[in-house]
Amino acid sequence: MSYVIPKETCSGKVLSPDFGKGSKAVKIGGENALPFHSFDGAIPNKPVIAYEIQDIFPDDWPDTVKNQFSSVSDNAVKWAEYCQNELKAQAIALRLSGTHPDRGDRSPQDAAKTVKDVLAAIEVPLIILGSNHMEKDAAVLVAASEAASGYNCIIGKAQEGNYKTIVAAALAHNHKLIAMSELDINLAKQLNILITQMGFDKERLLTDPMCSALGYGIEYTYSVMERIRLAALMQNDATMQPPILGDVGMYVWKVKETVATEAEMSEWGAVAERGITWEAVTATSMLIAGANLLIMRHPKAVETVNKVVEELV
Amino acid sequence: MIIIGEKISIIAKKVREAMMKRDPLPLQELAERQWKEGANMIDVNIGPAEDGGDELMAWMVRAIQEKVPAPLCLDTTNYEALEAGLKAHNNQWGRPLINSTSNDPERFSILELAAKYNSQIIGLTVGKGGLPADAEERAAIAADIMARAAEYGVPLEDLYLDPLVLQIATSQDHALKVIDAIKMFQEMNDPPMKTVVGLSNISNGCPKNIRPILNKYYFIMLMNAGLTAAIADAQEMTEAIQEKKLVDDVLAGKKIDDANKMAEITKTLDVIMNKTLYAHSYLEM
Repeated sequence: MSYVIPKETCSGKVLSPDFGKGSKAVKIGGENALPFHSFDGAIPNKPVIAYEIQDIFPDDWPDTVKNQFSSVSDNAVKWAEYCQNELKAQAIALRLSGTHPDRGDRSPQDAAKTVKDVLAAIEVPLIILGSNHMEKDAAVLVAASEAASGYNCIIGKAQEGNYKTIVAAALAHNHKLIAMSELDINLAKQLNILITQMGFDKERLLTDPMCSALGYGIEYTYSVMERIRLAALMQNDATMQPPILGDVGMYVWKVKETVATEAEMSEWGAVAERGITWEAVTATSMLIAGANLLIMRHPKAVETVNKVVEELV
Repeated sequence: MIIIGEKISIIAKKVREAMMKRDPLPLQELAERQWKEGANMIDVNIGPAEDGGDELMAWMVRAIQEKVPAPLCLDTTNYEALEAGLKAHNNQWGRPLINSTSNDPERFSILELAAKYNSQIIGLTVGKGGLPADAEERAAIAADIMARAAEYGVPLEDLYLDPLVLQIATSQDHALKVIDAIKMFQEMNDPPMKTVVGLSNISNGCPKNIRPILNKYYFIMLMNAGLTAAIADAQEMTEAIQEKKLVDDVLAGKKIDDANKMAEITKTLDVIMNKTLYAHSYLEM
């Protein structure tokens, strides 16, 4: 009798929304097996990495990553074009940081104009993110959704405190939507339920259970992502089947290990290498936990993670 | 099944105010109501009661037992308050129950009181550190408490082991672990150890409308596991016992006539057994 390799089959399947349009549109999710377990089931779409850009100069980014974009980062359009044309980005994530009341307080109209200009300049799909200010995001993302009407973008993030207006905007302009909760799997599920109860199709949702950097609570993010994935696949929990987003860059490029110079921490080695490795390791962990879409910053880290993906799929 | 009415607790504003003003009426009303609803004992939770806890507990015990012929569960970490309560307790209505000793060294000496006043006592299976991770850890702590009870001269039949019910909204996997612990505790002695839970904590943090549903069906599952006593809402527990047959039918895989009830029971049992992930709106899915 020949040996048959046992297979772990799942009753559930991750949903597979697309975003963007035309030949550059990207599809994520769709797997019915645990991350990279292609020997157990089908994994039709590879994880996708989106390059993060901002609507204002990223003066809060450490030099290692800021210097990579120094010739373009004063202008969101140039920055987006650079990511698409030079870095061959599959997708771009525009963070409207400048709309935050503490960081310039740009108006929803200004933000909408930036969104329009960026969309006119690129062909790859766009993720549009607020500044993570509960009230302001509601206004900004409504304007941004309208400006991006017809482009099939991903809009986010809708949270417990502001989801209603953002869901309505994504619904009206046919976008995909990120539902974000803060490292609480039960709230993640509850938010998905509340959003779908508004008539928003779960096939157009993404879940962001909140990311964290290596050394700064990554095990919590890992565990929540893993449990979301297990609920989706093993328990066939329809509310947990949207693909998972890992917003990696913003959590990595502020921790001491990516910021402290050689002069400050000589025993930690070269700051650039350290930062890139930190982002790559954090991102890879998120993929192994179940993330389908990552938002990252440093080209070298992106390259490294893409290499890992190529070898694992 | 012994139902210990949970309503006289410092957590409730009305109770707290009555305690502060030494106004016996609201407390007596609550005690009588629970007694009528079917409570066999009344829990008297005065919190840590650092200042004047002894006088407060004695006053409460007398006030309640003046109206209700029931034994009381004296619920505080304060040694002096417990002793004062035990002295004031009218044993004619039954023996009191101390809530509680644990594996925290600061709570060891409470066993002395149980021995001295011939009281029953709850042993909460937690240590000084974090919460128990699973049923096995709870059983290991239970063994420590049992050995210590013997040392202090408290008979094992007077010890009620409490596995500590955690909130389903944040610690869903513990719901089944507690049920497993209830089964394990009983196997730790012959005759089986007695067990108790603070039931309503299962639904703490859940929306108001689903709290009784979770409380009732979780109670039935614990009952099936052999639970001896529950600190709970007496009215809810009376309803639970009336609905027990329906729940047992669903547990046995049978269909019941009322489709809505069937869905409510099935979804709740799935959440308790960790087969579906808890969310506040789980009944609507």
